[in-house]
Amino acid sequence: MARKEYAFYPGCSSQKGASASNYLTSVESMCKTLDIKITEIPDWNCCGASISYAEAGELPRHAMNARNFALAESNLPGQDIVATCAACWLGARESKERLEHNDRLMADTQEALKEAGLNIKTIPEIKHMVEVLIEDLGYDELKKPVKKPLNGMKFAGYVGCQTNRPFGIHGESFENPVYLDKLIETVGGEATPYDQKVTCCGGALAFSEPDKAQAQIKDIIEAAYDSGAEMLVTPCPLCQANTEVYQGQINKKYGTKFQMPVLYYSQLMTLAYGGSAKEAGLDGNVIRARKLEEFAGK
Amino acid sequence: MSNMNEQMAAKYKNNFLKEIEEQAEMGDWVKMCMQCGVCSGSCPTNFHAGWDHPPQEIFMMIRAGKREEVLTSNSMWQCTSCYNCYVRCPRKVPITHIMHGIAEYAYRLGLAPKMQPSLHLSQTFWNNATKHGRVNEVQLTQSLYFKDGIGAGIKKAMEMKDVALGLVKAKRLNIMEALGGGHKCKDVDGIHKMLAKAKELEAKRKAGKAAGA
Repeated sequence: MARKEYAFYPGCSSQKGASASNYLTSVESMCKTLDIKITEIPDWNCCGASISYAEAGELPRHAMNARNFALAESNLPGQDIVATCAACWLGARESKERLEHNDRLMADTQEALKEAGLNIKTIPEIKHMVEVLIEDLGYDELKKPVKKPLNGMKFAGYVGCQTNRPFGIHGESFENPVYLDKLIETVGGEATPYDQKVTCCGGALAFSEPDKAQAQIKDIIEAAYDSGAEMLVTPCPLCQANTEVYQGQINKKYGTKFQMPVLYYSQLMTLAYGGSAKEAGLDGNVIRARKLEEFAGK
Repeated sequence: MSNMNEQMAAKYKNNFLKEIEEQAEMGDWVKMCMQCGVCSGSCPTNFHAGWDHPPQEIFMMIRAGKREEVLTSNSMWQCTSCYNCYVRCPRKVPITHIMHGIAEYAYRLGLAPKMQPSLHLSQTFWNNATKHGRVNEVQLTQSLYFKDGIGAGIKKAMEMKDVALGLVKAKRLNIMEALGGGHKCKDVDGIHKMLAKAKELEAKRKAGKAAGA
């Protein structure tokens, strides 16, 4: 039996062929080393993300999350839900909080769930993968399996918004969270002093208001270079995509020469645990992390 | 004015604050705002052009009864859901949710700005996600690019082709999704029934409040 078991909520972007599929690859490798068993919630659905607020209204959004709660509860009883995506985690946590504090919303949600043949008894705890690592295991446990420390490599820990606000990781400050820096150091890397670590990448507005979002992304990348970092590290699929895939457009628009790889914490951990480039999902980086590819091949 | 807009304006005559409290998600928190302006200074999109009124102005305008000006404003649609305002507010006002709530209410009344890009994204995202229970990223992107017609869509797609090619090469963009392939829930029928019921119950709850107004 694994030392920890969770009902896993991968979210839409982590699926095979989707925009964060390499996140999932590296999370699976990392969890294998750490002896964490993650079992996908059967037939889970989209959380609605933040941007659906206008079309969805309130109750339909909670109903979507509640369906996942009910499926987790009945199929994987007693297990906490763990999400890897910041938006999935936030959406689910928000719905849990709202339903637990509002009897009317809960009653209406149960009535809606009945239409899908489901119901909720107790909403499971909802954790982000980072919480599992830090709170359920702890930095010491995360350090034990390190075979190949990322010595001499400099990373800017870009925390972004939704793993940090409004819930955040327990004990961390909203203005200067340090957990990502600590994770980088745990696997032997150097976390550079980085002043844009909680700046918003624009989120969904990277689609609808690209100029505004890209102005923010420019600040985020520029500050990472200024801090001396070679790569950016993030816990969020949308932060990862936004800060990575628009660098070419930003270069055209602003005359910059950005070419900074953007990694997930789970990719660093997989590599430090001795995993291959493939197990770390490095082939999924649009801006290839050549230094890490070489490191993995050694 | 839409029919619903007329009805609501008549029901809550001269009491726009009450209307927001009862009809917009988290609207009952608006009266807690003490006009310090920390939210406005914390907002990442406040520093770009095109922002009519930052949150604390919107809240004061609600109290001042500026119904038309608030509900037709583009301000709420600038929210990136970064929650900076939310965590910094000294009165713990859930500003992010209120901005979403006012936006949703304006949209429901037919007063949201026409062709507002983030409103369009919200519609497209939710319809995409709920069609099969999971997001089809390729179709989502296609409908966003082609919102202003075929010509504009092709131009946009050409501008974005390097981004798309990079993602295809990294196996993070599945072309088959364009043809309706990709990921889906099994119980799509159950999800649709559940959402129809949720929508019905929410409308009933809000109508009940208006009836008591």
